[in-house]
Amino acid sequence: MKKLITILLLSTALLLPRAAIARDVIITAELKSYRGPGAYLAVYLTKPDGRYDSTLWIAGEKQKYYGHLRGWVRAVSRSGESVDGLTGASVGSGRTLNITANLSDAMIDAGYQIHVDTAVEDGGEHTNDAVVSLSKDNKGMTVGGRGFIRSLSVSM
Amino acid sequence: MFRISHTYLALVAALFVSFMAITGSILSLEPVISWSQASSTNGLNGSVAELANSVSGKFSDPQKLIRKASGAFLVYYYGDAGLTADHVDPLSGSSLGIYSPSDVFGFVTELHRSFFIGDTGRLITGITASIMVFLSLTGLALLAKRLGGWRRLLRQPQGPAQQTSHIKIGRLSILLLVVTALSGVWMSLVNFDVLSDGSTGYVPFPEFVHGGEPTAIDGLVALQGINLGDLRELVFPVAGDVTDVFSITTASGSGYVDQVTGTMLSFIPNSTWQKIYQAVYTLHTGQGYWWYAILLGVGALGTLFLVYSGMRVWWQRTRLPIPKLANNISDSKADVIILVASQSNTTWGFAATLHKALVKNGHRVSTAPMNNLQRVYPQARHLFILAATSGDGGAPDNADKFLTKLEMLNVSPGMQFAVLGFGDRSFPKYCGFAGDVDAALQARGLRRLHNLFEIDRSSASQFAEWGDDVGTSMNALLALDHTPIHPKTAGYVLIDRHDYGHKHETPKVILRFKLPNILNGRQRFEAGDLIGIVSSRNSAPRFYSLASGYADGFLEICVSKHPGGVCSGLLHELKPGDRIEGFIRENPQFRPHANMKPVVMIGAGTGIAPFAGFLRGNTRKRPMYLYWGGRDPANDFLYEKNLSEWHADNRLTGGKIAFSRIAQKQYVQDKLLEDAAFIRTAIADGAQVMVCGGVAMARDVRTVINDICRPMGINHEMLKQDGRFLEDVY
Repeated sequence: MKKLITILLLSTALLLPRAAIARDVIITAELKSYRGPGAYLAVYLTKPDGRYDSTLWIAGEKQKYYGHLRGWVRAVSRSGESVDGLTGASVGSGRTLNITANLSDAMIDAGYQIHVDTAVEDGGEHTNDAVVSLSKDNKGMTVGGRGFIRSLSVSM
Repeated sequence: MFRISHTYLALVAALFVSFMAITGSILSLEPVISWSQASSTNGLNGSVAELANSVSGKFSDPQKLIRKASGAFLVYYYGDAGLTADHVDPLSGSSLGIYSPSDVFGFVTELHRSFFIGDTGRLITGITASIMVFLSLTGLALLAKRLGGWRRLLRQPQGPAQQTSHIKIGRLSILLLVVTALSGVWMSLVNFDVLSDGSTGYVPFPEFVHGGEPTAIDGLVALQGINLGDLRELVFPVAGDVTDVFSITTASGSGYVDQVTGTMLSFIPNSTWQKIYQAVYTLHTGQGYWWYAILLGVGALGTLFLVYSGMRVWWQRTRLPIPKLANNISDSKADVIILVASQSNTTWGFAATLHKALVKNGHRVSTAPMNNLQRVYPQARHLFILAATSGDGGAPDNADKFLTKLEMLNVSPGMQFAVLGFGDRSFPKYCGFAGDVDAALQARGLRRLHNLFEIDRSSASQFAEWGDDVGTSMNALLALDHTPIHPKTAGYVLIDRHDYGHKHETPKVILRFKLPNILNGRQRFEAGDLIGIVSSRNSAPRFYSLASGYADGFLEICVSKHPGGVCSGLLHELKPGDRIEGFIRENPQFRPHANMKPVVMIGAGTGIAPFAGFLRGNTRKRPMYLYWGGRDPANDFLYEKNLSEWHADNRLTGGKIAFSRIAQKQYVQDKLLEDAAFIRTAIADGAQVMVCGGVAMARDVRTVINDICRPMGINHEMLKQDGRFLEDVY
């Protein structure tokens, strides 16, 4: 997480000459009940123009399956970023994934979006299973997913 | 060493191994079921472009097209109920109905690989697989040792039924066992990142995509060039996104296809590690090869049987308790040292009897395993070695360091030794280890108290005989009255008796007993097995060959009355309704092989008993020939009536009978010589020769068989190695 904060601070430093103020953003993804083993999830941020900003979390530890998180692959490929330190266990049927990201205040209500791609062995894969805006208006608001995600919410 | 690790590791892992075998055998059905459900893809030579094109025309918003290992094609698409998967016909691209992964196989797969407890479970299954590899290899080494060398691995094993079935099933399934276990270990090591599966994560998305109006899918060159059989997965571009591409995985690698130009972008071929991993995965799961999956299932059931039969062998071996040794004193103070090499614990029983007799004679005795040989025995005057021999003629486990340690022994001039070998004459290297020890002691310069003496099949009378001799040399009276620890007996009630040979000094009788009922210890047996009859509490049992099988519903023996013989005397006195105590001892080394090859049976006197049993049970009319010698047809023609009945209904094919106390005096050997040409033909046809009778007769028969076989360039030893010359000698 420290590394993420460093990256974020660097990328926002130019925009905000004054000391950047950051806050903890909690992202909660609750999965539906489905048949099959644990789901792989990619949680990542896009900029206001739709381009990739950064990866927040990858649930699922076998890199050979990351290709199934196709929207994220497409987004991250050009960045050449490593996901070291940003991965954890896959998420089982009906379980909830909670992520806390320390994000700059300047990113809130600025058109940034949180995307979640999902994939399950022998169960299909979803690019942009759920997408939610990084907005204070969305505080506590919940969106539904079209695949394995029952709900995705942001709170700050 | 191997045996101990094989046994104890198997006991520890038995539960997990059984679990893996059960779940594995269930999973082996999956490729078979998938294969039976997949539509035939024989001669399927369409391209991915054609099928993807028809699929995109027939399904709303298709997401991906998959070819499963079974050959079935699936399409994932966004329908009314969200993402749905359908089976598709690879020729038309039409739906063949909804696909839903099997709950059962999904559940069992997860159990089989991780017990549903994640990496901890995967670690346990990985360790179990490595134990299975180890057990297979030690099992193979033990088998080679037992059968007398690696080149004899396929020989007929000798010994009790539990052991031989463990050997036979193990031998049949060893290859599958090693393959499944090793591939399991490999996959486990990949899971824990010790080995690579060659995957480098995802293939990076191409940097430059043409963009613009997409071309019709069947016009995409790269997809046209891929045969349907090579497809693994094709992911469609997101609908309406002109900058997206197709992702494709084939049998040879993965890459992207531009939806406008139809060119392959950034294709990465499979690495060697990936190819190895795929091969290992297929070997382990049988995915895509239904016939191999069936083999895997059979192998898994074999594994389950091996756990069971192995436990039984272990149980039988440990059941005989090591007898307590009273007054066993320190070796530094003893004047008599007894060292024991025991494969099962039977030899310990004899050691205990010797120990007790020596103590009774005022000796200070120390008894220990042979590996406990010390460098110095300050007060010892006598060294007794009681040595069993393992199957290959080598040292039993508790004596494998003896010969090395012997080099260090400080030989005192006053010490005398005697070696007593225990073995089973039906094994090729009977008392081999005892012979080696005897020679080594002599070579080290120890003085001999008694020559090497060999005891066949735990004979208590031979042991007593040796005791008398040794006692004389030691100026002591060693009454070695050995009572083996024998299994629990059951009561057998006489129902019928048929007497022969009253005019001679050795009357013979055929006794038929009712089987005990199930609650009172009824045991299964086959003709040729033995019944141990216990005539009194303290005497050793006497063994008689069974002339009937369990299926006959009665137990029959043939008893010759020995002058002064307690047990045979008692049996000859029995009247119908009288009861004796006995137990069954399996004699699997004396049975016709389970095939339809001819059997040549040679016997004299009561040695006819097992053969009568084999003939009675020969309902399959296998060619069986009997050569038997009696004394006088008027008095001891055992089974006379039965033999003509069995001959009439073809249970007995032929043979000859000789009598030695009539004018035309002949022995069974003479009849064999008369039929020499026939016997050679039968042996050339794969016949098994079985001999039952006294020691002298057996020796003469061996000579005659060797004479008969000489023109063929073989002898009884060579037949014996193939399990085709069997003797039951008393």
